[in-house]
Formats: sequence, C-alpha cells, structure tokens
Amino acid sequence: MSHAAEKRDDRPRPDLSGAPNVIEVKKLVTHYGAREILHKIDFGVREGEIMVIMGGSGSGKSTLLNALLGLLRPTKGSIHILGEDLTQISDVEKTLLRRKIGVAFQGGALFGSLNVLENIMLPLREHTKLDVNTMRIMARLKMQVVSLAGFEHLNPSELSGGMIKRAAFARAVVMDPKILFCDEPSAGLDPIVAAAIDELILNLRDAMGMSVVVVTHELESAFRIADRICVLDKGDILMTGTVDEIRSSTNERIQNLLNRRTETETLDPEEYLKRLTAAND
Amino acid sequence: MSEAGDRAIPTRIAETLDRMGRSAVGGIAEVGLGAILLWQSVYWVVLGRHREQPVRMAATFERCMEVGIRALPIVTMLSVTMGVMFAIQGIYTLRVFGAEEQVTIGLGISIVREFGPLLTGIMVAGRTGSSLAARIGTMRISQEVDALEVMGINPVRFLVAPALIAMVVMVPLLTLWADLMMLTGAGWYVSVDMGMSFAAYTQRIIDVVEIDDLMHGLSKAFLFSILITLVGVINGANVKGGAEGVGRMTTRSVVLSISAIIVTDMIFAFITTRS
Ligand SMILES: Nc1ncnc2c1ncn2[C@@H]1O[C@H](COP(=O)(O)OP(=O)(O)O)[C@@H](O)[C@H]1O
Ligand SMILES: [Mg+2]
Repeated sequence: MSHAAEKRDDRPRPDLSGAPNVIEVKKLVTHYGAREILHKIDFGVREGEIMVIMGGSGSGKSTLLNALLGLLRPTKGSIHILGEDLTQISDVEKTLLRRKIGVAFQGGALFGSLNVLENIMLPLREHTKLDVNTMRIMARLKMQVVSLAGFEHLNPSELSGGMIKRAAFARAVVMDPKILFCDEPSAGLDPIVAAAIDELILNLRDAMGMSVVVVTHELESAFRIADRICVLDKGDILMTGTVDEIRSSTNERIQNLLNRRTETETLDPEEYLKRLTAAND
Repeated sequence: MSEAGDRAIPTRIAETLDRMGRSAVGGIAEVGLGAILLWQSVYWVVLGRHREQPVRMAATFERCMEVGIRALPIVTMLSVTMGVMFAIQGIYTLRVFGAEEQVTIGLGISIVREFGPLLTGIMVAGRTGSSLAARIGTMRISQEVDALEVMGINPVRFLVAPALIAMVVMVPLLTLWADLMMLTGAGWYVSVDMGMSFAAYTQRIIDVVEIDDLMHGLSKAFLFSILITLVGVINGANVKGGAEGVGRMTTRSVVLSISAIIVTDMIFAFITTRS
C-alpha cells in the first residue's frame, strides 16, 4: 500500500482553487421518516478535482451520495449538479443530466443477466444510436482502461471482488461522464487490490479530466487519492480541506477520527507502549 | 389493579384500531402503487418507442420463454392429472343418479371456465410470481435498481414492462394449453371407464363448451397475469434487509398473489353470472 501511496505523491495535485463548482449543495437537510440525517449541509465539488467524502459508519455518507444522485429527495436545501437544480428539474431533464454522470456502486451493481461486456455497453445501448460494433469497440476500450480486457464474456458472478469494481468503473465511465461517483471503492478488498483501485481512480481522472466524488471510510485510501476531503460526522460536515489541512487540523473530532485508525490498524508494539506510558504521565 | 385493567382495555382497543388503520393504509398504498406501476408499464409499452426508449424486445422474449415455454412440462403434467381426477370424481358422483353420461357437460364447462385458469394462475404465481419478486428484491438490495435509475434507465420500462408483457401474453396461452390437457386427461379416463370413444367425447365437449365459456376463462387468466406481476414486483421492490428480506417478501408475494387470484375469481364469477 505504501507503494501506491508513493506513486500518488509523485503526481502533482492539480491546483483547482479557481475552478468552477460542478456540484453545489446548499443547506441540505434529509430525513428518513421523522429522523433528520443530514443537518443543513453545504458542500461543493470543483471541476476536475477528486473530492473524498469521509466519515465513520452511520455518519451519513451514503445518504449524502444518494441525495447527490437524485435517489433520495431532500427535505430542504438545493443540489446543483452541472448547473441544474436536482430538486427542481423534470424527469426528462433528470434523464439527460444522468447521461453526464457515472456511478460505481459499492457492490458493483452489475446486472447478473448480462455478461461483463453487455453490462458495460448498456448505457450506450440505452442512450445512443451507435451501431452494435461501435458500441462494442467503445466498451472494449474502457475495459482496457480498467485492465479488464479479455474478460468480456464472463458473467458478473464469475468475477473476483476487484474485477467487479473494475467492471463497475468501466460501466460508469463508458459515456465519458463529467462527474464520476464511487461508493466505498476499497471496501471489502485486500490492501493491494484496494491500492490498485485507488490508482485506477487517479488514472481515470487524469486521463479523462472528470470530477470525482468518492465516498469512503478508509483514511488510507482517502489520503492517497483526495485533492480535498470533506469530513462528515453525525450528519454534519466537520471540515472540508486538502489532505494536509485535514492532517494538521486541531479539531478534536477530526483528530479522533484520524487516530482511531492508527489505533486499530498500525499495531506497532513500540508505538503502542509509548502511547501507553504517555497516557500514564 | 382493576383500575389498571380498566385503563388497559381502551388503550388496547385504541392500539388495535391504530394497527388496523396502519395496515389498511399500507394495503391501500400498495394497491395505489400497483395502479401506478400498471399505468407506467402501459405508458412505456405504448410510448417508449416514441421517446426513443423502447421496451427491450430481447428481455421480453426471454421472459416469455420463462413464463410460458419453461412452464409447459409441469403445467402439462398437473393438468392431465387433474383432468383424470375430475373425471373420476365426476363419474363417481353422477353414477349415484345414474347420470354418468352427463359427465362431459360438467367437465367441459368447469374446466374451461374455472379449473384451467385457476390451476394455471396458481402455478404461475408459485413459479414466476415468486421468481419475479426474488429477482427484483435481489436487484434492489444489490443496488442494481439504483444503478438503472442513475444511468437514466427507467426501472419500470427496463424490468417491469417486459415481465408484464410476457405474463399478459403467456398466461392466457398457458391457460388454453392447460384447458386442452385437462380435457384430454379427463377424456382418456372417460373413454377407459365408460367405454366412450375419444372421438365421441371430443365431439361432446365441442358441443357443450361455448366460445363464451372459453372467453370467460381466458379473461380471468388475463386478470390473473396482471395481478401476479404487480404483486411480485411490489413485494420485490419493498425488500429490506438482505437475503432474508428477499425470502420473506418472496413468500409474501406467493401467498398474496394466490389469495388475490382466488378472490378475483370469486368476484368475477359473481359478476358474470348476474347479467
Ligand atoms: N433506509 C434507511 N432508513 C432509515 N434510516 C436510515 C436508512 N439508511 C440509513 N439510515 C440511517 O441514516 C444514518 C446515516 O446512514 P448512512 O448514510 O448509510 O451512513 P454511512 O454511509 O456514512 O455509513 C444512519 O444512522 C442510518 O441508521
Ligand atoms: Mg454507507
């Protein structure tokens, strides 16, 4: 995993501070039943950036993502995607807007009745009038981008976890979207495969210049890929900032979030002993 | 203590009423959802091509194979068996009056109007309705339905419309086949037991069964097909909580659609025998 992390550090993080926002969320409130989940959230994603939405389990990441995707109707507030207000537009406009976004779902959400190639071709089939051969070529190209060439005719059930994610990414970007959303891209993968998926996200952004929104609870992965990180906690945004800003934040809750990882993941006995004695002082 | 009991009774009544109210509202909501689903499916079938988002022919064909063709062996076997059973019972009952010659009248009419559609409906509810609920439920929890939605593909057009078309076309056809197989089974037993030739039996059936009887049965099959599809889809769409949820809703869908079939059958019989 440190291997991929090094690679990332080789890449200059682009300066996007002047770029316009492709996603603009204002005072967003959502409910499940009577329970308020997100409390007046303000959130923006710039053109060409990788924004990571990070937070513990139950903090509202999926809820925010579902709202951004138009799968969950907010109670209050506005969501502008590529300049269009999701809460106001008609179904037809929504369908048009959705051709400009791609989503890689956590479990892949590939259709079991279609093979890998057909899954990846599906958006083309539904939204373009290209002939089948052209669509096949385009889908195969995307399969190469995600290093999945040669697996066209397998059924999704025959793929490994990492391959499923790759196929999901290929399907998400087959229409060359302006924004790519990924839900927990490294969840359920071993560290090496997870690092490879992170690498893939960076490659996709660099090659296609799209904006990427990643939802994750894994700090390792977030720090590796993010241009900016938005930290969500119990339905509030604690902070939005660059990786360095988040790392050096003095906010106690953010530090807790960061430290929880070092406690559970790096089991360096010496470090642990030092911290124990420090606590006793 | 008795005070507590006195207070508890009104509370319990209120709670019971509340629960009944809730499930009534839930039930009405489901019926409403069914109506919307039906309307949207018809919309996509009629206008999908115009909006350049036609209902998928390949999927519809595949559904037809699943609903109709692959059900043929089991429907054939059960229909012949039930036909024989009806003949045995019919002859046994009528023999008391010495009227077993009349058995063909009872057989022809009851099979075509009642038992053909009912057997087919129940078979399809168990076979296809349940698999539809399971399929949609599984797709729901694996976020495949969400994926369709965010790809700008209407799930009703993509998933429900093909299933509905296949059901509406195949269930009446399957019913027709079940009618034929039941009558054949019955005829075989009649000819063995009463020494009536199969040709004579066939002729009698043709004389007795009118086109109205046939249409009565097929209209019911048509209604059943819609009911089974909607119940399956709604239960599938309401799946919550993993594989266990899928199992629960699948079972619920079978129980509900068979109940709906039987109740509809009764209402249909009541209404059509009035006029
Ligand atoms: N379908 C739902 N119905 C009711 N409550 C939900 C539903 N989905 C999520 N929640 C609740 O909303 C809160 C945020 O959940 P979620 O957005 O899934 O968090 P995360 O993705 O960060 O783990 C949690 O407390 C969860 O219990
Ligand atoms: Mg989540």
